[in-house]
Amino acid sequence: MAHIDRRPGIRPRPSFGRRLDIAARACFPGCITILLMLLTQAPLGLPGQAASLPAVALGCVWFWSLFRPAALPPPIVFLIGLLMDLLGYLPLGVGAFTLLAVHGVALAMRRSLSRRGGGWIWIVFAGVAAAASLSIWLMVMLLTFRLLSPYPAIFIAVLAAAIFPLLAVPFASAHRSIANPERA
Amino acid sequence: MIRLSIQARQALARLTLPVLIVVSFGVMLLGKADTLLADRARTALADGLVPIYTALAAPLGRIHAAITETATLWDMRAENDRLRAENDTLRRWQSVALALDAENQRLKASLRWIPDPQASFVTARVVADAGGVYAKAVLLSTGPNSGIHKGEIAVDERGLVGRITEVGARTARVLLITDLNSRIPVTLETSRAHAILVGTNGNRPRLQYWPEGVTPQEGERVVTSAEANAFPANLPIGTVHYTSSGTAEVEPAAMLQKLEVVRIFDYGLNGVVAPEPPVTEPPVAEPPMQGRH
Repeated sequence: MAHIDRRPGIRPRPSFGRRLDIAARACFPGCITILLMLLTQAPLGLPGQAASLPAVALGCVWFWSLFRPAALPPPIVFLIGLLMDLLGYLPLGVGAFTLLAVHGVALAMRRSLSRRGGGWIWIVFAGVAAAASLSIWLMVMLLTFRLLSPYPAIFIAVLAAAIFPLLAVPFASAHRSIANPERA
Repeated sequence: MIRLSIQARQALARLTLPVLIVVSFGVMLLGKADTLLADRARTALADGLVPIYTALAAPLGRIHAAITETATLWDMRAENDRLRAENDTLRRWQSVALALDAENQRLKASLRWIPDPQASFVTARVVADAGGVYAKAVLLSTGPNSGIHKGEIAVDERGLVGRITEVGARTARVLLITDLNSRIPVTLETSRAHAILVGTNGNRPRLQYWPEGVTPQEGERVVTSAEANAFPANLPIGTVHYTSSGTAEVEPAAMLQKLEVVRIFDYGLNGVVAPEPPVTEPPVAEPPMQGRH
């Protein structure tokens, strides 16, 4: 584990239980994202529920790419994107590309955003979510050769920005506690 | 395991993102080239997830029922009055319908009318949305050996819902009549004129291509047409409604927003279903149809 190697000193090889603990903490961001995405597909009977899948996926990938990119490497983001395509009946690859792009933007803005507060992260995410849902809309139109109404895209962007605090607050406490490999 | 230098590992790590972005473009092309691949993957995923959704449906249904019950308790008196009035009207309509039915039977008997074949049907629960943002479809939990086939017709208690487009091991996907890809041959009930009902992804599909000299009347009933051998004739779809801009739309009779249970009818029609790709496995005996009524 890279984060342990960085600290100087000699310490015993971690026990099996401890390694399992570290692995579970490292898995947390990917697992919680997939779990929440599956939950948005549950028969809740909410109006406009279909838009919650991309909104939740965008919020989760944005948060964990900013705060724990080591636990959400590009291959995992790619798989989450493919899952979004399959669950959300989007043309294959559209979600994968969009989430990878969001991940890339988060990595690029990590340093500048870490110096600012949570409010800035939210505002920038609103912009990123708008760009992402616009790109999904354009790519779906391109791949299906059809003109589609832009309202679902606007709804996804608004929903993503609206539910981001609901995701970010519990994630921030998880980031300090159960998802923190330093605490293993 | 090959030990790489730190620089090499860092370079590899930096390359993963661009490489995966290129791969996702490749996946887009692959999905475009082989549409069956995506459909199979989706059906397999739905088959795997449907037991979870079915298990969740019961407690979620109880919560919904509790919420609606408290809501209906508020306006029970007004609702009761409305239902009494409606019941009186319906009773009058029932006697008219019974008289017309008897007359119809007599006329058919004197004409030696060949009776329509009785369609078999199965009933299935709607467990999830299967359309995403840019399509309108629902997922049914069907269980193994349900005998449901592509192209069969889904109807709820009020009217036409859609058509089966994909069948998995324990799921089936119904493309709703409101979907962008839905095209249904219809008949306007009073003028008997044919038209096409075109889905728009909105709540009301649009009416198009009616013959010259006929105008769909506001409130006119729209039923399926047996043209193209895709639907049986005279399944109720909805009523004509004009938008403020003058577009003829159809208000679906089926409650497409809150589908819970649908009936899947097998009329033995295969007008517009693309032939299934050849199966490489050896042919197996057709499983006995279970649950057919």
